[in-house]
Amino acid sequence: MSDDTKKAVPYTVPIGPTHPALKEPVMFTFQMEGERILKADFAPGQAHRAIEWMGMRRNPVQIVHLTDRICGICGVSHTLSFARAVEQVMEIEVPERADYIRAIIAEFERIQSHILWAGVAAHELGYDTLLHLSWRVREFAMDVLELLTGNRVNYGIIQVGGVRRDITPDQHETIHNCLDYYSDLKAKLLQVFLEDKTIQMRCRDCGVLTHEEALKLCTVGPTARASGVKMDVRVDYPYAAYGDLEISPVLPDAYLGETRGDVYDRIVVRLLEVDQSVDLIRQCLDLIPAGDITWEAKIPKILSAFKKAHGEAIGRHEAPRGEVFHYVRMDGKEHPTTWKVKASSYSNLMSWIPMLEGEQIADIPIVVASIDPCLSCTDRVAIVRDGRRGIMTKEELTRLSVEKTRRLMR
Amino acid sequence: MNITKSFNRSLWAFHFNSGSCNGCEIEIVATLTPRYDPERFGIKLVGSPKHADLLLVTGPVVKKMRPRLLRVYEQIPDPKVVMCVGACGISGGPFYDSYNLDGPIDDVIPVDVYVPGCPPRPEGIIFGVVRALQKLERLQGELP
Ligand code: SF4
Repeated sequence: MSDDTKKAVPYTVPIGPTHPALKEPVMFTFQMEGERILKADFAPGQAHRAIEWMGMRRNPVQIVHLTDRICGICGVSHTLSFARAVEQVMEIEVPERADYIRAIIAEFERIQSHILWAGVAAHELGYDTLLHLSWRVREFAMDVLELLTGNRVNYGIIQVGGVRRDITPDQHETIHNCLDYYSDLKAKLLQVFLEDKTIQMRCRDCGVLTHEEALKLCTVGPTARASGVKMDVRVDYPYAAYGDLEISPVLPDAYLGETRGDVYDRIVVRLLEVDQSVDLIRQCLDLIPAGDITWEAKIPKILSAFKKAHGEAIGRHEAPRGEVFHYVRMDGKEHPTTWKVKASSYSNLMSWIPMLEGEQIADIPIVVASIDPCLSCTDRVAIVRDGRRGIMTKEELTRLSVEKTRRLMR
Repeated sequence: MNITKSFNRSLWAFHFNSGSCNGCEIEIVATLTPRYDPERFGIKLVGSPKHADLLLVTGPVVKKMRPRLLRVYEQIPDPKVVMCVGACGISGGPFYDSYNLDGPIDDVIPVDVYVPGCPPRPEGIIFGVVRALQKLERLQGELP
């Protein structure tokens, strides 16, 4: 190594913040030495829309439609935890049938979200065939969601005190067909993702998050479970219909016999959770009781009940990406006086730093995607080396990633 | 649709998220994947605005994204069409009263095609792309 290159090491690589293929634009800064990442840092908050501020000026009947739009992929998760918080403040008993419908929709959302993620992960590895295949099989879950709620995205099905649409008996057949389809698909999905040599080479021991780090950084959801942390809000604090269902957290060692906390383990956990969701929906359909679907159908009555509500409560839900958490305080007004949202990705973002440090630049896309962050912001990279500045686009980063795959296959 | 002589290549789109909820992004990607498959007509997303003919903008333009949107818009070579996907880019939609918006999109850059919906269905997005294509042909026909 000549002297003047030595001086330039470590150099800085900023990535972002525009063109996220997914949710939040984020700004990354990497300290690099050659191809290796020495230090990673990031700055979220580029897509701040002031949702909590707006919510404190609207009433909860309106807010449920705003919570749908906190994140388009977790359309029902935020609404469910918000509604649960408000219901606890108002001391409403949600009808049991509504609880089951909520669980069914939430599990369908998990199916489509995990398959969506699997496709994105494949894309980041340069395996676009698998992206297209995954998104094609995902459309069946979208069809059923549309059948049940009327919308493909942002379902608008949950209302404070219940749900807005019932599941009719003639819909059961379509739901069962869809579930059978995903059960049959399980072996195929596991095969194409887990037995593929390329995926093994790129994901095994890449982006490792140890058990202690996962606990220390308070990660949630599949990211935590892939590191061997046995936690799942559906099991630890059952709500909606989950208390009646047979469910236990999915851990990678159940399938692989060991837990390494790498990208591969995260793929395993998510794919197995698709199957778990299918099983949960089947249980729900068997157990779902007859009855009302909402505590009060008339909106003016719900609104006047808000004016009598005093107190504070939290609502939690295991979203596809982990625990979401809503805190609501009502002081006898139509709108909440305080509303705080903690989304699941927020808890997981910090885990990027231990995962990325020590990895190669070509691993950035897959490691960043591996926590399913609702963002894929590896858009533009500026490499400053010896004072020269070169801009790398997301395409070039993906190309680097694809090239690494090719190299490994040779 | 008449394919004019000047229109002799495929339509390439660049997608810009100006702070959306992600719902429209998913539907755009769903539009591109096998069920709808517009790639058989050569329509695809590109990674750089410099390669694009069509700018797909989603989201209500939060303050931090405004200069970036302008920069991306300026980098797209003429003739170009801008398509605004989703209610929140058209009018602010569910975020209309937020303090952090510089939008809607047509306050920042000129928009040619609006696709309403929150989010619009893939069919709606494809219909919008067809309209954008017609406009692009016209613009290209007008070029010397
Ligand atoms: S139009 Fe609706 S679905 Fe689309 S980004 Fe805006 S809020 Fe989300």
